[in-house]
Amino acid sequence: MTSGSPNPVPFRGGGFKPKPIGMVGPIVFVAVVALWEVGSRTGFIPALVLPAPSEVFEALRNLVETGLLWKHLGASLQRLILGWTIGTLLGVAVGFSIGLFSLARAGLGPMVAAIFPIPKIALLPLFVIWFGIDEGSKVATILFGTFFPTVVATYGGIDNVDRNLIRMGQSFGLTWLSIVRKIILPGALPAILTGFRISTAIAIVLLVAAEMIAAEFGVGAYILLAGSLMATDELVAGVAILSVIGLTVSWLIGRAERFLLRWRT
Amino acid sequence: MELRLAGLHHRYDEVEVLRGIDLTIPAGRIVCIVGPSGCGKSTLLRLIGGLERPSEGVVLQIGDTPTASLNPLTYIFQDFALLPWRTVEGNVRLGLEDHALGQDETERIVADVLARTKLSEFRTALPRQLSGGMKQRVAIARALAVSPAFLLMDEPLSALDAQTRELLMDDLIELWERERFSAVYVTHNLAEAVRLGHKVVVLSRRPGVIREVVEIDIALAERATHGPELEAHQSRLWQSMRDEAQAAEMELVDG
Ligand SMILES: Nc1ncnc2c1ncn2[C@@H]1O[C@H](COP(=O)(O)OP(=O)(O)OP(=O)(O)O)[C@@H](O)[C@H]1O
Ligand SMILES: [Mg+2]
Repeated sequence: MTSGSPNPVPFRGGGFKPKPIGMVGPIVFVAVVALWEVGSRTGFIPALVLPAPSEVFEALRNLVETGLLWKHLGASLQRLILGWTIGTLLGVAVGFSIGLFSLARAGLGPMVAAIFPIPKIALLPLFVIWFGIDEGSKVATILFGTFFPTVVATYGGIDNVDRNLIRMGQSFGLTWLSIVRKIILPGALPAILTGFRISTAIAIVLLVAAEMIAAEFGVGAYILLAGSLMATDELVAGVAILSVIGLTVSWLIGRAERFLLRWRT
Repeated sequence: MELRLAGLHHRYDEVEVLRGIDLTIPAGRIVCIVGPSGCGKSTLLRLIGGLERPSEGVVLQIGDTPTASLNPLTYIFQDFALLPWRTVEGNVRLGLEDHALGQDETERIVADVLARTKLSEFRTALPRQLSGGMKQRVAIARALAVSPAFLLMDEPLSALDAQTRELLMDDLIELWERERFSAVYVTHNLAEAVRLGHKVVVLSRRPGVIREVVEIDIALAERATHGPELEAHQSRLWQSMRDEAQAAEMELVDG
């Protein structure tokens, strides 16, 4: 390139960084629902295969008006909150002991590793025998399902706390408890919160599964009943409720992350 | 208070890292430790501050520790080791919290050291908002807050760019002129060593033994005007380190 007119250097950077675009999400959602409605009205989608959104909406309104929504939702949320909370508390406690004490690690580590991969729903029949067909077995299933991922996330988080920070704490003569509270706990918190995302998703799956096996009330029971009556509008309404539960939970965790981890970039 | 290292040996499993270290670190002086990479400088500093147990030998404190000192042997780390979830103030407070000083006293100390390190304006900033030099100043403030008798510094400036390094070195000299603290200062930078050290200890490559101890009798504040003499010291140190550094380099390449 000894001669010729000067050319600007071609731009080759940028990209690989999806940006949020405000209204696109809702527009796509509305468009899909609208298409679906049109498909149902014109008969392109047979009513037996998939009900029209308007029918689903009708079923939802019916649920609200008869007050059944609160009965189902209340039963489900109670199981979910109880099982998840206890499972999480126990999981964090056990995770901390595995993360901090050699004996606990040697003793409990292999146990956790062995039980962690079992789909907890397989244990439901056993839980029914142990805790009864009612609330006990359902809560226990969710509790178990929540417990193991929380244990693993917690001690994984503790293992990943910067050792230099711990050494710094020791070099300032901090007490053992201070080091755990002020260095290890905040250092492991990001991993623990990520564990919450996983454990809540598992908890919802187990909730529905447990309710489908034996329950009078609960979103899972509602969906199962609708299915066996071929009432696809109610079935889809139940699924929509599950979606709302999941979204709410993940929004709550997002808020908690933003508040607790605001020191991160 | 002074420190005496007597017959220190250290090994990690099969690897002998330090051998026969005898050294006295006098009060009110800065002792620089230089040596090729991997020769055990950081290990030595950890032994001095009691973060690790020597395989053989002892580190003795001679004389009383000053009563006002909350943490006689205090480190300043190469990577700053600030808690990212705490503000500047919170980080400085960390070393005070286990001492039941009371709120007023804690506040007085924090305000005082932040002023001394020129950080008062940045009290509520988080570490991620600070430049490297500022982070190290926070770490220095945190160390000063516990009124150490000895500062143990492991390459405190080597994560910083050259300009920041110069500025912080001046800060350290100014601080020393005011407080006359004692310090062990590990570095691989000979220019730093001759600027800051009253005494420069040269370690050989691993296993580290003391090859040479050089005393530099120029007051710290006046060193800026003694360029040629410092040059001379520096090149003499380099002579004695050069072969070792080269050999150490080869060792690393071979694994
Ligand atoms: N915890 C440890 N376990 C095993 N070996 C270690 C440990 N810490 C350090 N070593 C080894 O001991 C030797 C000395 O390490 P040290 O970090 O003290 O050297 P250094 O002089 O500070 O090196 P650098 O100039 O790279 O900072 C190295 O060979 C290192 O690999
Ligand atoms: Mg080192």
